[in-house]
Amino acid sequence: MSLDINRKIIQKNAYRITKKRNKTAIRIRVPGGHLETKYFPIIAQIADQFGNGSVHITTRQGFEIPDIDYKYIPEINKLLSTLIVGLECSIGVSINNPEEGYPAAGTRNISACIGNRVCPFANFDTTSLALRMEKEVYPNNFHIKIAITGCPNDCIKAHLQDFGIIGMTEPQYIYDKCIGCEACINACKKFVTGALTLHNHKVKKDHRRCIGCGECILKCPTSAWIRSNKTFFRLIILGRTGKKNPRLAATFLNWATEEVVIQVIKNIYALIDKEIDKSLPKEHLGYIIDRVGFNLFKNSVLQNICLNEEIKIAQNLFFIGYQYEKDIFMEV
Amino acid sequence: MKRNITKNEFNLFFNLLNIHYDIFAPVRKKGQGAFSDTDIIYYEKVVTFDEIEWAEKSTYSPKDIVFPVSQTIINFIEDRLFIPNMKSSKPIYILMRPCDINGIKRIDEIFLNNGPSEDFYYKRIREKISFALIECIDGFENCFCVSMNANKNSDWDFAISLDKYRPFISIEIKNAKIENIFHSMVTDASNIAAPEVANKNFEICFPEKNLKKVMLPNINEMPASIYSDSEFWDEYKNRCIACGRCNTTCVTCSCFSTNDIRYDDSQNVGERQRVWASCHISKFSMMAGGHEMRKDNASRMRFKTFHKIYDYKKRFGEEKGHMCVGCGRCDDNCPEYISFSMIINKLSARISADINEGKK
Repeated sequence: MSLDINRKIIQKNAYRITKKRNKTAIRIRVPGGHLETKYFPIIAQIADQFGNGSVHITTRQGFEIPDIDYKYIPEINKLLSTLIVGLECSIGVSINNPEEGYPAAGTRNISACIGNRVCPFANFDTTSLALRMEKEVYPNNFHIKIAITGCPNDCIKAHLQDFGIIGMTEPQYIYDKCIGCEACINACKKFVTGALTLHNHKVKKDHRRCIGCGECILKCPTSAWIRSNKTFFRLIILGRTGKKNPRLAATFLNWATEEVVIQVIKNIYALIDKEIDKSLPKEHLGYIIDRVGFNLFKNSVLQNICLNEEIKIAQNLFFIGYQYEKDIFMEV
Repeated sequence: MKRNITKNEFNLFFNLLNIHYDIFAPVRKKGQGAFSDTDIIYYEKVVTFDEIEWAEKSTYSPKDIVFPVSQTIINFIEDRLFIPNMKSSKPIYILMRPCDINGIKRIDEIFLNNGPSEDFYYKRIREKISFALIECIDGFENCFCVSMNANKNSDWDFAISLDKYRPFISIEIKNAKIENIFHSMVTDASNIAAPEVANKNFEICFPEKNLKKVMLPNINEMPASIYSDSEFWDEYKNRCIACGRCNTTCVTCSCFSTNDIRYDDSQNVGERQRVWASCHISKFSMMAGGHEMRKDNASRMRFKTFHKIYDYKKRFGEEKGHMCVGCGRCDDNCPEYISFSMIINKLSARISADINEGKK
């Protein structure tokens, strides 16, 4: 008897049509890319019992279990409920019936670099932010990619996402603790933007050049540079891979607070709903904004947001990308 | 006088003490560590018990109170010079663990008894400083104060222990003036320790052993060959990154530089500052024309090692001890995990091997 499957439904359930006829694969979300090992046995059980005994680690820091017969979906969904309750419901994601598997797959897993739980460069706990954000964006059917990185080194490749969140600190200088050793100046010059210069045997900072990476703080032997009480974020947007026009994300907000960043991302869903090309199976956010324009985007996402005083907002976006053909965006 | 008191009494006592003295103690600074969401502990003015970090060793030593990181020593307008006034005229108490009290006494020698004249700026603040002891019994992971003979000290006016009759605070006062201040407290009967607790006896203790132990080389048997033994020192050429944290956190590192600063708009007005400078920090002992005596990090390490456990004692005499007091902050803070106590032990082993070789 041939299979009769509603592709739309199973895709929303986080399963996919695969190259192999009659076989599917399930994608497991791991918000922030960090999970307790107690979940491994369930992932192993699904792979062993229903798949081919192997698991793929996805670029978005989830797991994909391939080679599953479609008929096992209900059974697998029951097993997944432990993961869904433990990794989603427990952090406030509202899911009506965890026994029915994932309720959406459009908004992808929020990935995060290892952050300051381990990395000395990270300006904040990236995984924790991913856990706080998950409930704001999931479940949702619109295709949105979000990644969080602890510092401008951007190890998570936030520059290739719809929303890339880069952690910043605003270094505070204590004049009387500075010995003019130039460790910060040399590090900033060598690794960052050269925002620091020596003036009268002390350090001067060009705030416009400072990208809030904290390199000066890490190098200072006397703690003359310390972290700001607030953690700030640079929100870079509309980066993408893909066939048509890959490009690096551009800075939309600089020195934004967590509240502002989360609110902007939440606001995007109403805009997508209004502007998306419904004739297509899906349309990436970047192409929607290319079509409707940056000003409409900016006005929509900043609506009803209380901005922090330090924030800087882009007047325009300048993307660094390339086109295969110079007329790729020309009407035929 | 010995007494066990409540936190309330302690705060009342400190309130009175603060009328007459500035009190410095280790304070935990939340989120001010180099890595995000980490703390550092350094010395600051305090008024109450809860401001003080009692449990952990401070990241930075208290030396910056007597030898500031950066201070203006002269202001000048054209050919006229002015000596800046001290920021506070009050006498000072510093609450320190015994190694740090001994550390301050070590740098006393450097600033007051080294060469023909005393250091004016050091002396004028040092004269205002008295010591108070924070009892230290077990020390910490990297301490080796016992090996350095810097684990005990009796130069304090009062000592505080939290470990005798918790939650009561035990205080021993040896100075009559402080005792008078203590007795002038007006306390509310509901907030003071009951007499049977208050008068319980105790003894202030000192560390008797550390987790780390070092063998010190005999300063009279130092073979000249060790200075040029590149096999011994070259390990640190690459391991040490000359970040300077061993120097800046050390209680006895006391090298400084002076910089002349001219205020931008008027080149005839400015100040002379003196700032910490150290053997592991760039520009140390740099001469006119940019020549550096110790360019590579191995020779900086050798310089520091001998300064800490050879030169000082050789210069100031057996009774003054070594410069290093074994506070272990260099090991606590080295980002490259270089252990100074390990260097001392390796050096001693290398020297005794040399001596044994010679005897054969």
